[in-house]
Amino acid sequence: MRLYDLATVMRSKNAGPYLITIDMLFQHSSYVDRVLASADFTSCAIAQLYDLEEHDVQIHAYRPASAIKVTLPRGHTSAGSASDRDIYGAQQYFPLADQDV
Amino acid sequence: MSEDRIRYLSPCGLLGYGYPISNLKTAFDAGLDFVGVDAGSVDPGPYYLAEGANFVGISQVKRDLEPLLIECVNAQVPLIIGTAGGAGARPHVETLVNLTEQIAKERRLRFHLAVIWADIDAGVVLDQLRAGTLSPCGGAGSATSEEITSCKHIVGQMGIGPITEALVAGADVVIAGRCCDTAVFAALPIARGFDPGLAFHAAKIAECGTLCAVPGGANDSLLCTIYSDHFEVIPLSKDRRCTPQSVAAHSLYEQATPAALHEPEGVVDLRSCTFKQESSRCVSVTGAQFIPAKQPTIKVEGSILEGYRAICVGGIRDPLTIRNLDTIEAKVRTAIGRSAGQKDFSIRFLYYGRDGVMGDLEPLRRNQPHEVGVVIDVVAESQQRANSVISLARSTLLHQHFPGRKSTAGNVAFPFSPSDLEGGPVYRFALYHLLEVENASSLFVAEHREVDA
Repeated sequence: MRLYDLATVMRSKNAGPYLITIDMLFQHSSYVDRVLASADFTSCAIAQLYDLEEHDVQIHAYRPASAIKVTLPRGHTSAGSASDRDIYGAQQYFPLADQDV
Repeated sequence: MSEDRIRYLSPCGLLGYGYPISNLKTAFDAGLDFVGVDAGSVDPGPYYLAEGANFVGISQVKRDLEPLLIECVNAQVPLIIGTAGGAGARPHVETLVNLTEQIAKERRLRFHLAVIWADIDAGVVLDQLRAGTLSPCGGAGSATSEEITSCKHIVGQMGIGPITEALVAGADVVIAGRCCDTAVFAALPIARGFDPGLAFHAAKIAECGTLCAVPGGANDSLLCTIYSDHFEVIPLSKDRRCTPQSVAAHSLYEQATPAALHEPEGVVDLRSCTFKQESSRCVSVTGAQFIPAKQPTIKVEGSILEGYRAICVGGIRDPLTIRNLDTIEAKVRTAIGRSAGQKDFSIRFLYYGRDGVMGDLEPLRRNQPHEVGVVIDVVAESQQRANSVISLARSTLLHQHFPGRKSTAGNVAFPFSPSDLEGGPVYRFALYHLLEVENASSLFVAEHREVDA
């Protein structure tokens, strides 16, 4: 199933000017385990989607919210700079959202 | 107010975003120890800090501030406003102070005002750069001394200390420059002996108004009550409710990790929190752990000029043009390079409908949409230069030939005349770093004055 369809909330936002943080909320805590166990949801797989190094990718499960958080560097831009395409970082969760989980 | 609880109102997520005025009466009837408002963020970008410009229009700020001032002064409930004007540097604070005094005069209000400046001298930052104690924050690179001296404004994020000191000194209203988002709401609870972990976590939830509720919104009010072993949050509007997941999710908002919310005084770990539905719209929270820092640190922010922007916006409907966008762009760039003279500008073409949002990362960029919106964006050393380059780019794109072209009268539909728009100065963050300090309050100067209509 596509991650975007499994999640009830999928959002991205700046965490400061240099990081993007992507939050996914699920209906059940069991979905957190399912997603974390998916081959398409490793830090290596996510790094490839965003043209990053594996060590750049932070994955945090937050079970009190039945959520997973992925935090990534913004790449070559900082928020609001001349080359930025998304000053709030609010629309950066695709292609992660398309991953099969 | 009883000692075993402290209750406060967060009227909205940002001063000027608006809130239902009826919420104020309900909140004051419930009994408040203070009212806090976050007035800014680094989120809207580096422009507002450098330019000294207000993020939210002054009439919107006045509309939100006036009822708060009146109710708080009349009820003798402290009002605390942090990160004045959106970015919290001297011009922003001055604007908000002037507005406050204007309202006081119009409404015949008397109160003790504390103004806490957050401006940091470049020399302080340079000293720490040389001493090797200036460290980058949250993915920032290293800052150069040239960048530091080029920042028009440098602000430090004050923590709870300066706000507490101002309240202890008798302030009824506190207007602070750049503040940690949590400091506004955590200062008084911690000063009154409530658990810092709970106080900081509650502050993090409250500072965005009802973004923690369902449905969420930054233009509505949240009531927060802290007890000795938990805190409770409830939206004031009956058509919103907090749920355990909505409050837990908001604990993640704009944070890199739930394991560490950074404050000048230390770190808050939210991993062991529990969230419980107390009543149909109210949630109680426990479990935040505060770990004090060995040495306090102050985050400093500064932005520098990149250039001046000019843009034009147009639509493309011709399928051959859409299929050949990359070829066309390359040809346009070559032509501009030939005609524009020296390379004192940058230019980019954003194609909405193809890959405008994600650029090279867009996996679907090979799809052929029936329509593309193109934004040409030029940033140059002067506004005049940006204007002339955008003009050249626009006319070249409109008439650019490519193999197989049928649309020989023009490649782009421009929706306005003039089609070129001035964007003004463009900034980027250059400072997002930590200073090591002996005392978390020492960099922030407070002024006290009696405001008397």
